[in-house]
Amino acid sequence: MQKFTEITGIVAPMDRPNVDTDAIIPKQYLKSIKRSGFGPNAFDDWRYLDPGEPGMDHSKRRPNPEFVLNQKPYDQATILLARENFGCGSSREHAVWALDDFGFRAVIAPSFADIFFNNSFKSGMLPIVLDATVVEQLFKEVESDKGYQLTIDLESQKISKPNGDVIPFEVDEFRKYCLLNGLDDIGLTLKHAADIRTYEETRKQQAPWLF
Amino acid sequence: MTARTLYDKLWDAHVVRTEEDGTALIYIDRHLIHEVTSPQAFEGLRLANRGPWRTDSLLAVPDHNVPTTSRNEAITDPVAKLQVDTLEQNCQEFSITEFNMGDIRQGIVHVIGPEQGATLPGMTVVCGDSHTSTHGAFGALAHGVGTSEVEHVMATQCLIQNKMKNMLVSVDGQVQPGITAKDIVLAIIGKIGTAGGNGYAIEFAGEAIADLSMEGRMTVCNMAIEGGARAGMVAVDQTTIDYVKGRPYAPTGEVWDRAVAAWTDLKSDEGAHFDKVVRLDAASIQPQVTWGTSPEMEVAIDANVPDPESEADEVKANGMRKALAYMDLKAGMPVTAIQLDKVFIGSCTNSRIEDMRAAAAVAKGRKVAANIKLAMVVPGSGLVKQQAEAEGLDVIFKEAGFEWREPGCSMCLAMNADRLEPGERCASTSNRNFEGRQGQGGRTHLVSPAMAAAAAVTGHFINVNDL
Repeated sequence: MQKFTEITGIVAPMDRPNVDTDAIIPKQYLKSIKRSGFGPNAFDDWRYLDPGEPGMDHSKRRPNPEFVLNQKPYDQATILLARENFGCGSSREHAVWALDDFGFRAVIAPSFADIFFNNSFKSGMLPIVLDATVVEQLFKEVESDKGYQLTIDLESQKISKPNGDVIPFEVDEFRKYCLLNGLDDIGLTLKHAADIRTYEETRKQQAPWLF
Repeated sequence: MTARTLYDKLWDAHVVRTEEDGTALIYIDRHLIHEVTSPQAFEGLRLANRGPWRTDSLLAVPDHNVPTTSRNEAITDPVAKLQVDTLEQNCQEFSITEFNMGDIRQGIVHVIGPEQGATLPGMTVVCGDSHTSTHGAFGALAHGVGTSEVEHVMATQCLIQNKMKNMLVSVDGQVQPGITAKDIVLAIIGKIGTAGGNGYAIEFAGEAIADLSMEGRMTVCNMAIEGGARAGMVAVDQTTIDYVKGRPYAPTGEVWDRAVAAWTDLKSDEGAHFDKVVRLDAASIQPQVTWGTSPEMEVAIDANVPDPESEADEVKANGMRKALAYMDLKAGMPVTAIQLDKVFIGSCTNSRIEDMRAAAAVAKGRKVAANIKLAMVVPGSGLVKQQAEAEGLDVIFKEAGFEWREPGCSMCLAMNADRLEPGERCASTSNRNFEGRQGQGGRTHLVSPAMAAAAAVTGHFINVNDL
């Protein structure tokens, strides 16, 4: 997994609540058996005016000029600013892969759907929950300053604004440790293989119908 | 001992170890897999030279991509075919049981697990699919995971988790005639909102929930995720035990008796603490219809489409305006005035035998309205289809002008050929009305099977009790 330590980048505003994972990566692209290549189809229905299918040359499709990520400088954004309940709906991790492949490394929102939030950490993407009033203020600042950038430092759990103001944020200790070090958590879990076997032995006695 | 909720009990029984910060390793009893979210997980196992920890905990089935036309025809979409073939190859390589397309037990993963008794009370169940919450109907802890976690569970039999908070949703009293599990759960989501359950495991309780069949409880738990909760659950009672008994994967003999004795404790203790409690009056629930692009955007059938101008929260009002524009509806219009183009009866929410019966009861002796281009019924599994045909339901549907299809996820998410064209409007028994969910530019209204059948025969929404 890619490490996340510190990033500085352009912030793209996505000003609508309940952005679902069907919108982030539509179903036809889930037929892929690969983990990469979803970037050109992130937000496909909103991003293009003509319908898309897997295998197409997406650079030849008609982009929707109204869509924020088609506008400069947001096509170069690495931080997504979003509203309530971002990533709701389907558990498809492809949504995180598509955002990552587009170039995003972090998403800031007042709240996230649980499965999306959890999936993000597995691909080195940092989801940050901030108070709704702080997010509202960030939307105002982003909208009045095209090219607005933030610096996110995971180690110190701080976001720095262009004017020098600092916003602290929370992150789970274990998830932070994995992100900072780019750790594969399967490897970490297998260090406890003996504990898992002990659990299984006890459980087999108590509830043999589960085995 | 302190009083515990059902979720507390399921959690406690599955903790392998807990770290100082509260992060726990949770043991997984049943892992269901399908073709869409597993290929990258198998690839990850191969790259790391790993294999499944416990092959017998795995059960695989292709469902999302499979065509619902004749099973004698091969999959014509080469990309979909590769994915279905890849699941088969992976299952062969790792000796995992798979019900392939030629097997009568094939069907939607959340239908076949319970049908086979592969989902049992007290289990932890995961699947790379958000509607895994369905299995919580059995007093199990069941939730969807992403592909990285599919790989993690295959490799370690465990998940790294933080305990969720407890929410109780109590539906008190009895529902009125004609009100189904789908109406109950849509009313719940309308009340708590699509993010209301974020961070919680929901226990559904109350007289109206206890009165439901297992099929109905599965419909309710299925949509817990639409209320934001990864896991929904219902306490075990005699209804649960009667359903499980005799199923192929269920225990037998002396082990069955021991299991039943253990399962009777799978309920919240008197006085157990819930972090949030929500109550609904069952008698006040009307047949529900969603009008917008989020499952929380729902109203009773006799209501009007709501007006964003009367919504105080500006972010919410903005979302409502976008939804009305996408759905091409006007604020204030009666829901019964909404004309439809297609009707879909199926999905992991509503494709079990009871759903087939409810829709057939409405379709019987009636005809699909002239403005309906397609009304399709997609049973949840080969065995549901077989049972429905034994009861003559297929004949009722076909005589009324419905298409009777082969099992799969079908037009719930339109990964196969079953989909809406841009601008088409559908009455659907599925679970998500997101933009483009049933096909790019398509417009979805979520309803119960009886309400979908009623919409099919009249061409617009109507209270099924007024037919």
